[in-house]
Formats: sequence, structure tokens, C-alpha cells
Amino acid sequence: MSSALSITGNIHDWLYGAMPEWAASLVEMVLIALVYLGIFAIAGLFLVLLERRIAAWFQQRLGPNRVGFQGLLQTMADALKLLSKELTGTNRADTFLYNLAPYFVIISSLMALSVFPFTQEFQAFDINIGLFFLIAVSSIGVIGILLGGWGSNNKYALIGAMRSGVQTISYELSVGLSLLTMVLLTGTLQLSQIVEVQKSGWLIVQGHIPAIIAFMIFMISGTAETNRAPFDMVEAESELGAGFHTEYSGMKFAYFFLAEFINMFIICAIATTVFFGAWLSPFGITESIPVLGVFWFMLKTMLLVFLMMWFRWTFPRLRIDQLLTLEWKYLLPMNLMNIVIMAVLVWLNLTIKF
Amino acid sequence: MMNNEALKELINSWFPELEFWEEGSEFLNIEVAPDQLFALMRRLKEDEQSSFDYLYCLSGVDWGETLGVIYHLESTNHRHSVVVRVQTKDRDQPTLDSVSSIWYTADFHEREVFDFFGITFSNHPNLKRLFLTEEWEGFPLRKDYVDEINMIIK
Amino acid sequence: MEDTTVKSNFKSEEYFINMGPQHPATHGVLRLLLTIDGEIIKKVEPDLGYIHRSIEKMCERDSYQQIVHLTDRMDYLSANINNEAVCLCVEKALEMEIPERVKVIRTIIGELTRISSHCLWWGVMGMDVGALTTFFYGFRDRELLNDIFEETCGARLTMNYNVPGGLMFDIHPNFVSRVKEFITHFKTKIPEYDRLLTDNVIFHKRTKGVGVLSREDAISFGASGPVGRGSGYSCDVRKYHPYSALSQVDFNEAIRTEGDTFARYSVRIQEMWESLSIVEQLIDNIPEGDFRIPTKAVIKLPKGEYFQRVETARGELGVYIISTGTKSPYRLKFRSPGFSNLSLLNHIAVGGKIGDLVATMATLDLVIPDIDR
Repeated sequence: MSSALSITGNIHDWLYGAMPEWAASLVEMVLIALVYLGIFAIAGLFLVLLERRIAAWFQQRLGPNRVGFQGLLQTMADALKLLSKELTGTNRADTFLYNLAPYFVIISSLMALSVFPFTQEFQAFDINIGLFFLIAVSSIGVIGILLGGWGSNNKYALIGAMRSGVQTISYELSVGLSLLTMVLLTGTLQLSQIVEVQKSGWLIVQGHIPAIIAFMIFMISGTAETNRAPFDMVEAESELGAGFHTEYSGMKFAYFFLAEFINMFIICAIATTVFFGAWLSPFGITESIPVLGVFWFMLKTMLLVFLMMWFRWTFPRLRIDQLLTLEWKYLLPMNLMNIVIMAVLVWLNLTIKF
Repeated sequence: MMNNEALKELINSWFPELEFWEEGSEFLNIEVAPDQLFALMRRLKEDEQSSFDYLYCLSGVDWGETLGVIYHLESTNHRHSVVVRVQTKDRDQPTLDSVSSIWYTADFHEREVFDFFGITFSNHPNLKRLFLTEEWEGFPLRKDYVDEINMIIK
Repeated sequence: MEDTTVKSNFKSEEYFINMGPQHPATHGVLRLLLTIDGEIIKKVEPDLGYIHRSIEKMCERDSYQQIVHLTDRMDYLSANINNEAVCLCVEKALEMEIPERVKVIRTIIGELTRISSHCLWWGVMGMDVGALTTFFYGFRDRELLNDIFEETCGARLTMNYNVPGGLMFDIHPNFVSRVKEFITHFKTKIPEYDRLLTDNVIFHKRTKGVGVLSREDAISFGASGPVGRGSGYSCDVRKYHPYSALSQVDFNEAIRTEGDTFARYSVRIQEMWESLSIVEQLIDNIPEGDFRIPTKAVIKLPKGEYFQRVETARGELGVYIISTGTKSPYRLKFRSPGFSNLSLLNHIAVGGKIGDLVATMATLDLVIPDIDR
């Protein structure tokens, strides 16, 4: 366990020097959990604000800009408001599942957050099957949505949940396969190793054409997997009211809401790690200052987040059958072809390396 | 396009006992008995020369002693119009034939008339209250309708 | 008929779902009882009356001047055209000679109202198919029109600018220049609408071939306005029974023959161009003259029946007055476009998905107070 925790070596050494091993390990775990909860909360709240400001920018209005500097505290205020709200529910709802659902969603996104290499030294959980772990964990969230939709005892919620199930199961294939395409190039699933490989060129450059195709497919299916527009069939506010979270209020609703934004962050962070060299700076310009890795990682991720927000605020929504057609008839065959092309590319050593 | 005179002649040749007039109105008006209503309407729609395929207004009217319906018809090919009026003396159980099988639009309009005037349309596919609740008493647009709470009479 | 779908041993069960009276897609208090099999719609049954105010009954006790004020509470998005309809009907009955100036101003404001209504519809249409940004773009341009209306008559939505005999006030001195400014502005904005929504591939996928209404059915259902014209049914009242100054202007009737959701959408976009062109032709030639000819304080229509048809933004509005010679009508019937257009919803939505129903309903452009009157 302790070998997997490579977060800031100094604290690690100090803890192990001052305490018996089991205590140090325990304290370390608690500390890491707290740090990541902090990241989770701040990132979630910040992304909500970002989304609202960007939406406002697209829609020629100002967006929230009164609470705190440029509205920075707006989402905090909203969270406090939600915290103080009554938790309502429906009669004859399956109370246990209904209450369990938000935690499923939020825990799965929190777990996924732990494996990202924010910078060289800042990674909580560097397992050798990192990418596999990410794909696996990120699909737990859909169980929460299904539970919530079923437990609400509301037909709209149920339709939303069923849509979500069918959508996530389909698009998971594309997410997995497009990442697998890149694994052919790296030869490893471990995220720190994937970054290591990219020191001789980001993977999107190394793998050129098939890598770009894989990236596009990944972004499309990633958007679908996070249930964001144009694939927001799950919520589809003009069709289903609010979809699976129709019957949720207060903090339970906030959990779903935050998890959606964290999931978006996760998808973009995966794309950053696998395609754009994670914390590596472009052309190694800041290689001598390792702390700036966090800056580069966040910059790249935020650019991709912006891309996803751009999708959301400009595209209309697909219909459920068109959504499935897109996946099964277009993305999946393309993806399979792409893997073969990538394999040939790697076999013939046609990759671009600096 | 047929003028009112020609229309009158044409329709009179099908159903001789109809009453026609043009005073106080811009259209040719026809008064038809309830038992001839459906036959006349179908003829008006289906005949090549008249081809009144557009029922643009269907209004229920309470004339005090009688209840009735006024149909405004137009032909989209010939662009001529006619107004058909039907009335029944029975105020307790007023029944007329439904024309919803001739013009689909009559479906909703007849339900509206049923709702507000209480005229039952026989052969209507789905005749039930449209605007008002099922348990509503009385028919608000009739002249003798009384509602002391909601109606303000000046 | 052979069933082409894959035969399955699983039995599916139909269930009911209540869409409305509070639902984002019904744009008001319309309640639809849907019978659904999975996502596929088997039956749509509208349940109305949640906002019924019995305007027709109220008209039977009110004077003709008062009736005008009730009409803009029907289809509030084309309030001015509704007012105009009643005024025209009363004027027709009284055989009044209306000054040219009034006719031209009425037509200009009527067409501006149509643009404003279509702007709102476009924004909401986009929102219904999931493109939220359109809403703000539509409202941005509608706001400019509302400002012009406000300056003209003091109200932004329910204008009450028409009275029997003419207009309530003369136009504001700035009116002409501001309308011209708006025309120049809006000519650059319709292409923007096209870039944002009309040309989007997903939008095409969502709307083409959805909610198809044939020409025969459109006529039989009494569809009017863009709904009828989207099915290739030429039904523009402005063309066939021109009123006010519409006989002086030259414009095309926007017609598409496909009859699907996209056709109805395109007709409305085209109509915005046509309305702009009508306004453009008239705005420079507003004749001098009176803005109103005085009527008696108590208007008594001669005994008889009067019918006036106008084209609102939603379709054909008919005002049918039966007068017995007293100060209020014996019976007044509004033939509202939305009511007939709603009646065909079941016909075109069955067999589609829930998403199709929402898109179809958006292009019917229902305004519930117009249906419930």
C-alpha cells in the first residue's frame, strides 16, 4: 500500500519517521482522503461557476458576478443554500435505494480522481492497471443513476434512468476501445508510465492519425458517458423535467450535480493524461520547475473542459435512437478499425518520436 | 369560385327544402334540419363543384328557445364560402349529428360545444368534457346559466 | 401489413404518463395524457381548461371597446393582431371608412408582432430540442421590438393599441427611425439563427421526417398558419382575404411541401423575412392623416352576423360576432388557431419517441391561453 502513495515524499518520510508504520500509514490515508475531498469540492464548485460564466458568455449575458470577486463565491453560496433545504421525497419510494443513489455517484467519481498524476510527485494511487481502474470505476456511477431513477417512484425518473443505463453501457465500449488504442502505443496501463512514454512526444503526436481519431471518439463518447449535452438524454429537461434526479432536493441533488461536473473533469483529465502528456510542458519549456506540472495539467484539462462546455451550449440534443445509432453503427466500427491501424502503425514503427 | 347565387342553385338542387338567406351577413346562409345535417355536410364536402373541405369555424349558439351550431365552410380549391346553421328545439336533450368523420377538426370543436352548450353529438368518437371538469354542473355559455359566485353581471 | 420490427418474446406493457400541466415542454398549463410503450408514443390526449377564463361569455356582457382588451389575453404573443381582428370586425359592421394612415400603422405593428412572436418561438424551439443558447438569442432581438412597442403605446406585450375606429394614440416621432434600425439589425440576425440552429446536423436529424402531416389532413384538421403552410397548404389569410394595408404590399407566402417538423420550422424562418419585407415596404410611406375617427361612446352594431379573419403568428384567427343591435354582442366566438392546431397533435405524434413529441409540439407553437380562451 505505502509504495503506491507517492504524494509529496517529505511528508511521507516524516510520518514514517515519527510514528509506527501502521499509524503512519493510517494517518497518511486520512490526510490523502482529506486532500482529495478538498480537491473534489473546490474543483466541483469551481467548474459549476465556470460553466455558468461560459454559458453566459455564449449567451451574451454576464452570469454570476456579484458574490465574491467575479462571482467566485457564488457556487459556495448555492451549496450553502442547498445544504439548508428540506430533503423531500415521494410516497412509496424505495427509501433505501433512493437515499443510497447519490453516494454511489459521488463515491465513484471520487475514486476515479485518485489515480491522476497531477504532477510528477502528486499522485495518490499509482497502480499498474491505472487506466483499467479508471474505466471500471467510472462506470459504477451509472448504478447510482439507475438506483435513483428506480427508487424515486417517478416515471420520468425511471425513463431517465433507463436511458442512462442504455447510454452508458453503449458508450463505455467506445471509451474503453479508444483508450485501448493508445495503450497499444504505450504498452502499459500505468498512468505514470504513460506519462513517461510521452516525454518523447505527446501521444497525440506520436500516434498521429489514429491517435487523433481515437481522441475524437474519446471526447464524443466521454461527453456521452458524463450525460452532458448533446447527449443529455438522462436529464433532457424539455422532455423529462429533470430526468433521474427529478425527485431529489437539497444536498442529495447537489451530490448528483457536483458528480456530473467532477465526471466531466475526470473525462478531460483522462484525455489530458493519455493524449496530451499530462503534466508535461509543451516542448519541455518548464522542465526545470516540476511544480509547474500542476499548472500544465490543469491548463490542458480546462481547455478540454471548455470544449465540452462549448458542445453543451451550442448543440441541440440527440434522440435516444440516434444516440444508439451513432455508437453502434459509427463509433464502434470506426474504433475497431482504428485499433488495427494503430497496431500496424506500432508494428511497422511508423510513430513520430522526438 | 362560385358566387352565392350559383351556390344556392347547386345546393337547392340537392336538398330542395333548405332555407337560404344573405341579409345581415357576408356569406350565403343555409338553415338545415337536424336530420338532414349529416347528408348535406357530406355532400358539401364531397361534391366536386362545391368541395367545401375546410371547416374553419364551428360555433355553438344559444338562441333562447333553440340551441344550435353554426358551421363556416370554405373550399380551398374554389375559395368560396358558405355558412350552415342547424338548430334543435330540445333544450334538455339536444342531439345533433357529428360531422367529425367529415372534417377531423370538428372532433375538438364539437367537444367544446358539448362542454359549453350541452349539445350531444351522435357518432362522435370521444365526446367528453374538454375544458371543464367531469363533475361540472350546467353549461356555461347557455344564456340561462346561473353562477352567482363566478359571474359578474352588470 | 407486415411488421418489419424484430419479433420478440418479451411482452411490453403500455403505461400512462402525465405531461403537464407543469412541464417544460408544454409551455404553459397544457396537460397531455400520454400512453407510452417504452419510449414510443401510442396516444396523446390533451386535457385542457387549466387557464380557461371563458372570454366568450365575458364578451356577451361587455361593450365592444372592452372586448378589445380581453383579446390580447388570448394569444398574448400576437396580442396586437388579436386586437386588430376585433376592431376590424366592429368597423366592418359599422361600415366605417378607416384612414389609410391607420391601416398602414396597423399592418406595420402587426408584422412586427409576428416577428416578435416568431423570435420567441425560435428561442423556445431551440430549447425544446436541447440547444439552450437559442433562447437568449431570440429574446435579445425580441427585446428591441418590445422597446419599440413600449415607446409607441406604453405596453410591451398586451398592447391594446387598436380601438374600434383607429388607434389609441398616434405613433411616437421616433417610431420610423427605430423600426428602420431594427430592420437593419435583424437582417444580420436571421442568418445568425441559421448558423446556430438551422444548419446544425443534429437539428436536421431531430426534425426531418418527424411529425409528418399531409396536406389533406392539414386541411381536414383545420390547420392554419405555419402548420398548414409547412404541409404545402396555401392558407395565408393575408393573401386570400387581405385586411388593413396588406393588399398594398407585395410579399410571398412561405410554403414548404414536406409537412414535417423541419418544414414548419423553415416556414416560420421564411415568414420572418417576409414580414421584414412588408414592414420595409410600408415604413417609408406612412400616409398623413387622422389616427382615429371618433365613434360613439356606446357602439351598437346593427343586427346581423359578422365574421373577420386575420392571420396571427399562429394561424387563422376568426372573430364571429352575432349582434342583435344592443351594446354587446349576442354571441361572440373566437376561432383560435391554436385550438385547431392542437387537435392534430395526436395524429402526427403517434409512433414517434418522446423527443419527437417535444420537437413536434414546439413547431405547432402552442400558446395555451389561445387554446383555452
